[in-house]
Amino acid sequence: MDSKSSPFILSLLAFSIVLLLWELTVRFSGWSEHVFPGPSIVIISFCELIANGTLFKHSVASLFRVTAGFYLAMLFGIPFGIFLGRLETARLFFNPIIQFLRPISPLAWIPLSMLWFGIGDKPAVFLIFLSSFFPLVVSTTIAVSSINPIYFQVAANFNFSRSEVVTKVVIPAIIPEVVTALRLTVTIAWLVVVAAEMIAVQSGLGYLILDSRNALRMDYVMDGMIAIGIIGLFLDNIMRKLGRTDSAFWGSVV
Amino acid sequence: MEHIVIKNLNKEFINRRHARRDSDDSNGFGKSIPVLNNINLEFQKGEMVCILGPSGCGKSTMLRIIAGFDTSTSGQVFIGGRPVNGPSSDNIFVFQHSGLLPWMTVWQNVELGLRHMEDKEKKKEKVQEYIEMVELEGFEDHYPYQLSGGMQRRAELARAIVVNPDMLIMDEPFSGLDFLTHMKLREEVVNMHELFGKTTLVVTHDIDDALVMGDRIVVMGGRPSGVKLERKLDFPHPRNFEKEAELRELRDEVFLMLGVSYAV
Repeated sequence: MDSKSSPFILSLLAFSIVLLLWELTVRFSGWSEHVFPGPSIVIISFCELIANGTLFKHSVASLFRVTAGFYLAMLFGIPFGIFLGRLETARLFFNPIIQFLRPISPLAWIPLSMLWFGIGDKPAVFLIFLSSFFPLVVSTTIAVSSINPIYFQVAANFNFSRSEVVTKVVIPAIIPEVVTALRLTVTIAWLVVVAAEMIAVQSGLGYLILDSRNALRMDYVMDGMIAIGIIGLFLDNIMRKLGRTDSAFWGSVV
Repeated sequence: MEHIVIKNLNKEFINRRHARRDSDDSNGFGKSIPVLNNINLEFQKGEMVCILGPSGCGKSTMLRIIAGFDTSTSGQVFIGGRPVNGPSSDNIFVFQHSGLLPWMTVWQNVELGLRHMEDKEKKKEKVQEYIEMVELEGFEDHYPYQLSGGMQRRAELARAIVVNPDMLIMDEPFSGLDFLTHMKLREEVVNMHELFGKTTLVVTHDIDDALVMGDRIVVMGGRPSGVKLERKLDFPHPRNFEKEAELRELRDEVFLMLGVSYAV
């Protein structure tokens, strides 16, 4: 056998094995297909949901919330992280607050966010923002404070202005770490959106799952889960591609 | 004409990990460790000065104070008559390990010091000229990690010399290079010095490097470190230990001074 099998074939093989095990479990468990639907039923209903546009509609709704919350977190989190990384006093001042807020699960914010933002996209976006903001701030701060001091000396030697230090040294230096942080954070954001949608909204994949459970359609529940998995895979892929751009690649070699 | 004057330079480091004791005479943070003790030196304009000493003797610290990256505890350094109070692009530092910015290509790195130049065409010409001078043509768009160690040093040299500084400061410019690259780069640095006549400070632990390259050598040592020997070397290049008896004697003397009593 060729020892250099392509990664695509291998992952396809892994998925097929899972599918097979699933089918076998369903056959021998003796449970009703309403409780534990097999792959064939799930795939048929998956096609059904794609055909009538339900899956697309809910995926778009979820993706919109993740994108909005995630961009907001990037917009505020990364500059704030740079600020904390550059100023030790600010870091000592804010760090206890950040470390205090960080371990509070975004889900614990659900009641408050519903009260503050009402029903609709806003509370969900807020929760995504919370889930991504703190990890981004912390990783950016660490990335900035661990920049090799030689680069700042080079900057001083060539008379860089303050803004040049940020644009020519700090930002390019942290790109590799920030891309990794984004990759991890987008997964967290995607986890949280589904949970948030089970409560505050009338659309999205989380809502699809909850609604299908209420209708006792376990096959739709599984369809929702599969869609979440596929989109998660896709998001991770995008972030990984980002890590291969020239501006981030140097970090994996130095 | 004196270009660099170092006057009564002292440097102490504070060991913060050392617990405070009442017997500590200085400050409340910990025990201070003197590194440089009353250094007085004068270098002429255009000289290549090689600073020798065992590792940990504070030669890099002194270099960093001269470059303005570090401050002295007492005493002062004057460059061209003016006291040093911070880094300046008049004195370019060449770092021990690569000081190239790894996210910039060779071209962008060399261009750093010229980024304010108005005339784009002239800037382009100049960058190209210096890249060619260090024989890196064809590698303009490479990132530092794509270059060998020797090529990285050469790119950094080009970046330093292109801004036409008054002085070059090199911290162990040949460390970590293989023997042949070391020899070749040493030759290039000497040629460059003859060509441009910049005042150049080189810290090294290689006695032969110092004796071959330097117009003046300074040997540091002791704890805290002081100047043990300062000598002007009036020998023409290329230099040869076999033929110059005086150079050979000096070499033995420096070896002895640094604690090696015989040459292997």
